[in-house]
Amino acid sequence: MNTLLEVTDLRTRFHTPEGTIFAVNGVSFTLHEAETLAVVGESGCGKSVTMMSLLGLIPIPPGEIVSGKALYHGKDLLHLSENELEHIRGKEIAMIFQDPMTSLNPVLTIHRQITESLRTHMGMDATKATQQAVHLLDLVGIPDAARRLNEYPHQFSGGMRQRVMIAMALACMPGLLIADEPTTALDVTIQAQIIELAMRMREQLGMAMIWITHDLGVVAGLAERVIVMYAGYIVEEARVDDLYEDPRHPYTLALLAALPRADRRRGQRLKSIPGAPPNLLVESKGCPFAPRCELVAEQCWAANPALRSVATDHRTACWFDVKGMQL
Amino acid sequence: MSSLSSVASLAADTLDAPPLSLGELTYRRFRRHKMAIFGAIMLVLLAGYAFIPALFISEKYANYTDTGLRLNAPSLAHPFGTDTIGRDILARTIYGGQISILIGITAAVLEVLAGILIGATAGFYGGWIDAILMRLTEAMLNIPQIFLLIVMAKFFAGGIPDIHLLGRTFSGSVLVIMMIIGLTSWPYLARIVRAEFLSIKEREYILAARATGTPTYQIIFGHILPNCIAPIVVTATLGVANAITLEAYISFLGLGVRPPTATWGNMLEGAYNYIESAYWLWLFPGLLIVLIVLSINFLGDGLRDALDPRSRTV
Repeated sequence: MNTLLEVTDLRTRFHTPEGTIFAVNGVSFTLHEAETLAVVGESGCGKSVTMMSLLGLIPIPPGEIVSGKALYHGKDLLHLSENELEHIRGKEIAMIFQDPMTSLNPVLTIHRQITESLRTHMGMDATKATQQAVHLLDLVGIPDAARRLNEYPHQFSGGMRQRVMIAMALACMPGLLIADEPTTALDVTIQAQIIELAMRMREQLGMAMIWITHDLGVVAGLAERVIVMYAGYIVEEARVDDLYEDPRHPYTLALLAALPRADRRRGQRLKSIPGAPPNLLVESKGCPFAPRCELVAEQCWAANPALRSVATDHRTACWFDVKGMQL
Repeated sequence: MSSLSSVASLAADTLDAPPLSLGELTYRRFRRHKMAIFGAIMLVLLAGYAFIPALFISEKYANYTDTGLRLNAPSLAHPFGTDTIGRDILARTIYGGQISILIGITAAVLEVLAGILIGATAGFYGGWIDAILMRLTEAMLNIPQIFLLIVMAKFFAGGIPDIHLLGRTFSGSVLVIMMIIGLTSWPYLARIVRAEFLSIKEREYILAARATGTPTYQIIFGHILPNCIAPIVVTATLGVANAITLEAYISFLGLGVRPPTATWGNMLEGAYNYIESAYWLWLFPGLLIVLIVLSINFLGDGLRDALDPRSRTV
């Protein structure tokens, strides 16, 4: 398998009046062609910031990308000019966002918003772009596409808008689609449809996908590999089956234990992780998960463990081997 | 069977109801605003008054001096009377109207262009660009516009030769007045545009547009600007009225458009000596100014209500 994207030691910070926020702290991962990678973790653990750093969508200032490399087809995304990035965004790497209700410009027609990237990136003329837009809306399952093209976002429901967002993202047949919690704002039945649509598109276009979510249930059916993030660090990385069957980091264990299960006995309370994610205003010296970890020991406070390999394609950042443990 | 099909057709009709675009919604709300409709109709009539009779009456006639006919009261030959040097006031209000309207519109266009450019740049880029542009704007706002206008009018007056356009001759002062009204009016609009840009550029759909590789100029003019069109339209409309008033004011002081080119404003110049003895000198141009400014303000009010996105009435 060919490597599509190789990120090494990405560090992103935000300089705010309250102090520096250490949002992403040395994230490294690789993505192969046509592979689906899921990134999971609690809110505010740096998932979105990582992806937005790659595409240069971080506002600078207050943001700052301190270090890192992100090779995409041999080009380092982190060191491209704004102009060069504009040619990559939407054309080679597309991104869809969490809330379809706010991701479409309310005063522009769907037609205008879909054809825009076709015209900028593919140099299509108006007629051809319109045909392609109708085709794309058809593809994502919007009925009566030709007529709906001239409508405004407020005339679409949430699920339909997310379909439009996907159509926009796929317009230029990108090699990589980054989906930033695309189903979080939708209700469960629509979620299933959107995931099904994304999977179908992935098959048809043979593109790679990075799917950011905090829903481990979604991950299981969708991804091939999973990255678990916590406080701006990658704490575990594994193939999806390995992660579920053989989690090697206490945080992953805790996340899996917190999943509601249909076969759990009635009356039993859902297990939760005590505490809240750490304050990112302080760069932690030890393991960032230490304050909430049930297995915490002396050395966890002293130093942050690096990612180490524990099995094929399986890395974890913990001082202990938690193999086979149950929380 | 027939009842069934009628139900079906009813449902189909509801579904097929054409989508209401922003323009259609605005028009529907605007139609309800009686004063705004009055303003719009009045404006069409006033524009007709200034431009249609000009096809039958020459500008030469409007500027024709006949001292033997000075200060004649309205009569059949001169329905609005004659002025201090015997020119026909009706003809002069017609040609003066053209210049007044022209000044109003051009000055408003200049105001909008400068306001958008400065406001958008400041709001979009922020930082020190914003700081410099906004201090400049505040400095402009601190100087009373009328004072600035008088000083600039005095300073630039006479510097520009007559302009020959479409076979007609305009006093160069027309151009000067347009420019200085336009260039002293933009700060208010610039602040509105900046505030809109500051809020809209943080919206998620702007991030989404950036994520699809939309170039920066397209983000500014194609994505953010259409979202602040409502306050711009309203300000531009009121800007026309404001420019006409300012022109009248400064011409009344004798610093505006130079005769023989007539405007509604400079026809009032000198008329104050005849307030009681020759009412027709000030009544007709004055009335026209009041009418046009009122109509534009009504129109602006109507547009303000119609374009208000918080207004849900269809």
